[in-house]
Amino acid sequence: MSLDEFFVTGDPLILASQIAIGLTMIGLIALITYLKRWKWLWNEWFTTVDHKKIGIMYIISGVLMFFRGGVDGLLMKAQTSRPELEFLDAQHYDEIFTTHGVIMILFMAMPLLIGLMNVVIPLQIGARDVAFPKLNALSFWLFFAGAMLFNVSFVIGGSPDAGWTSYFPLAGKEFTPGVGNNYYAIALQIAGIGTLATGINFVVTIIKMRAPGMTWMRLPIFVWSTFITSIIIVAAFPIFTVALAYMTLDRLFGTHFFTVANGGDPMLWLNLFWLWGHPEVYIVVLPAFGMFSEVIATFARKNLYGYKSMVYAVAGIAFLSMLVWVHHFYTMGNSAAVNSIFSLTTMMIAIPTGVKIFNWLFTLRKGRIEFSTAMLWSLAFIPCFTIGGVTGVMLAMAAADYQYHNTMFLVAHFHYVLIPGVVFAVFAGLYYWWPKMFGFKLNEKIGKWHFWLFVIGFNMTFMPMFFVGLDGMSRRMYTYSASTGWAGWLGFSAIGSIILAAGFAALCYNIYWSFRYASRDVGNDPWNGRTLEWATASPAPHYNFAKVPEVDRLDAYWYMKKEGNTGLKKSDLKPVHMPSNSWTPIFLAVVFGVVGFFLVFEWFTLAILASIGIVVGLVANSFDYDDGYHISVEELADEEREWRGDLQ
Amino acid sequence: MSTKTNHFPWNHLIGFVLSIALTLLAVFVAFNTDFSKTVIVWVIGILAIFQALIQLFMFMHVTEGKEGMINVVNMVYSIFLALVIVFGSIWVLTSGHAAMH
Ligand code: HEM
Ligand SMILES: [Cu+2]
Repeated sequence: MSLDEFFVTGDPLILASQIAIGLTMIGLIALITYLKRWKWLWNEWFTTVDHKKIGIMYIISGVLMFFRGGVDGLLMKAQTSRPELEFLDAQHYDEIFTTHGVIMILFMAMPLLIGLMNVVIPLQIGARDVAFPKLNALSFWLFFAGAMLFNVSFVIGGSPDAGWTSYFPLAGKEFTPGVGNNYYAIALQIAGIGTLATGINFVVTIIKMRAPGMTWMRLPIFVWSTFITSIIIVAAFPIFTVALAYMTLDRLFGTHFFTVANGGDPMLWLNLFWLWGHPEVYIVVLPAFGMFSEVIATFARKNLYGYKSMVYAVAGIAFLSMLVWVHHFYTMGNSAAVNSIFSLTTMMIAIPTGVKIFNWLFTLRKGRIEFSTAMLWSLAFIPCFTIGGVTGVMLAMAAADYQYHNTMFLVAHFHYVLIPGVVFAVFAGLYYWWPKMFGFKLNEKIGKWHFWLFVIGFNMTFMPMFFVGLDGMSRRMYTYSASTGWAGWLGFSAIGSIILAAGFAALCYNIYWSFRYASRDVGNDPWNGRTLEWATASPAPHYNFAKVPEVDRLDAYWYMKKEGNTGLKKSDLKPVHMPSNSWTPIFLAVVFGVVGFFLVFEWFTLAILASIGIVVGLVANSFDYDDGYHISVEELADEEREWRGDLQ
Repeated sequence: MSTKTNHFPWNHLIGFVLSIALTLLAVFVAFNTDFSKTVIVWVIGILAIFQALIQLFMFMHVTEGKEGMINVVNMVYSIFLALVIVFGSIWVLTSGHAAMH
């Protein structure tokens, strides 16, 4: 392979990014070296097993990936803003919608949600960490290695271009010969292992690590939704693992799982992909529902209406989520019986979802609503998501779907579900839990700019897509002629996407501004919260709770405050056992990334040599007898005094 | 879940007897009957499932202890998912157009 096959060449846009990436890397390395921060980075972040820091790293990665995926989205919007533009060619457009889809779902939505789960869940259940802290670090680093590998495809070797769904036969070697789609198979595999481990970790954490007295019906609703989400992860991700493994075998070793030749079946890929893919959309949306519930209850100053029905609704959605996958390929020519059954199961999901919507509305009813930025996101979510949900029921009707399938109507639908459902939730969660992570609030005024620009831009961008879709515009079209009459809608939509981008810029500015100027004096409970994470300092100390709280009802912290027992007696303190940092997670992930890279290029000897590193990492890990360390009562008391004043 | 207080391990005894009975039944069906091979395989398969259930409940006490409920729900759900995935996929991929050639 010659060097110019290795690096993607010939496109000014990509050349510019290659140079930009190169310069940024050099700049970063120089800056860290100049500031002498390598050691700090290694000790405080790269080797950490603290769930809060891991969560923050997830969130940083998610925001960066949002930027990358967002730029992809803007490029597509620019290309279709006028008829017959030649800004991107067909190949380039294909690559961009593929990386956009994959990055937004797997490398933006997932890490942002898992990041917030990481930060919040152990605090909400009154635990000192997750059940397996080191595994948690491994999850993050594997996700990160997968994400980086996937992003490298842009400049080295070429991006995948068969859609985020990568349907066979197109995604097979025969029709997509380059290395682009190898990146898809291998990078997602590596990140997927990390996600699966996260799922297991949170199931065990929530079963085993709850504070004394926190029975199942006293769990904060975000914990419930995370628990059920984790179960879906454990149920669904292995299917994707298997499907990607088959894909890898087909592409790298010439097997025929998904090719018609020699008895394979391309439809088998679709079937497996959506057996994972549909549950995946609930994996991203259920934790989001949980966050909205927390935010709405807090800022309506009421307990969540219908707590139990919320729990049953989440469980019902999770159960149904495994039974609807065929609605993504009604048009493949299934029998009428198959399509009818899957129509039915799909429409049934609207029932528990509707229950949740009404519960939120009833929580708001007669509440003393405070319009904080976090609350605004939650309020905007309800109508926007309902539009996504109603159009979803339209798509669920198999017969009607023959009309909508793979049109821009579908694209509008899933953006109306994913952006309010996931992105708004993440924003709400970030504004809400930011003080718990960093000890200061994000600025509320810039937050309002962020909110209005984003929500208006979002509706302007995606509403027109419903109409051009109904007018026959299919998805993944890189251009169209003026005679279609779509130019007005799509031009409007493109303008909307600029406003959307301005909203995102406002968020970035807000983060910058607040880091520099926001008041550090927010106390432990800036929003008058209801759940245990607000019972400890902001930012939360590394040991989370000096004394593990005891829970006697739902919204435990709310009543602790009412009854005035939020204080801490020094005599109650005991030494706290903490896990030590570990280098094996990051080491293993780097090796996985390198092995993955070699596999992408089908350099098998190198890949085998590099995988020795995996064995080394695993063995080293097995002989790691470090049992952690203890924080003494004195140290605890000192740290607690810093924010509590004197102890009782 | 209740912890058993009776002194004689009735559960174990019943489980033990049932296990032996099921095993002997399988042997009997395999060697001493004139059923076709498919029927025999089905019968043995079904007996094996009962056998597994007896092991789980009588000896491994899945329903007992703090996590009893969780274990049972977990297993039932996993079995359910496996069935949905396998038989659902077969159904989807072999009906309709796929069935016509
Ligand atoms: C930031 C604003 C966004 C813009 C401007 C945008 C725009 C677009 C556009 C123009 C397409 C391609 C439509 C086509 O030609 O078929 C697309 C596809 C897609 N988008 Fe977005 N999007 C945005 C955010 C998101 C988010 C937040 C998610 C997920 C959480 C997402 C997930 C997807 C997926 C899965 C596809 C399908 C890719 C494929 O066809 O393989 N997008 N988006
Ligand atoms: Cu679906």
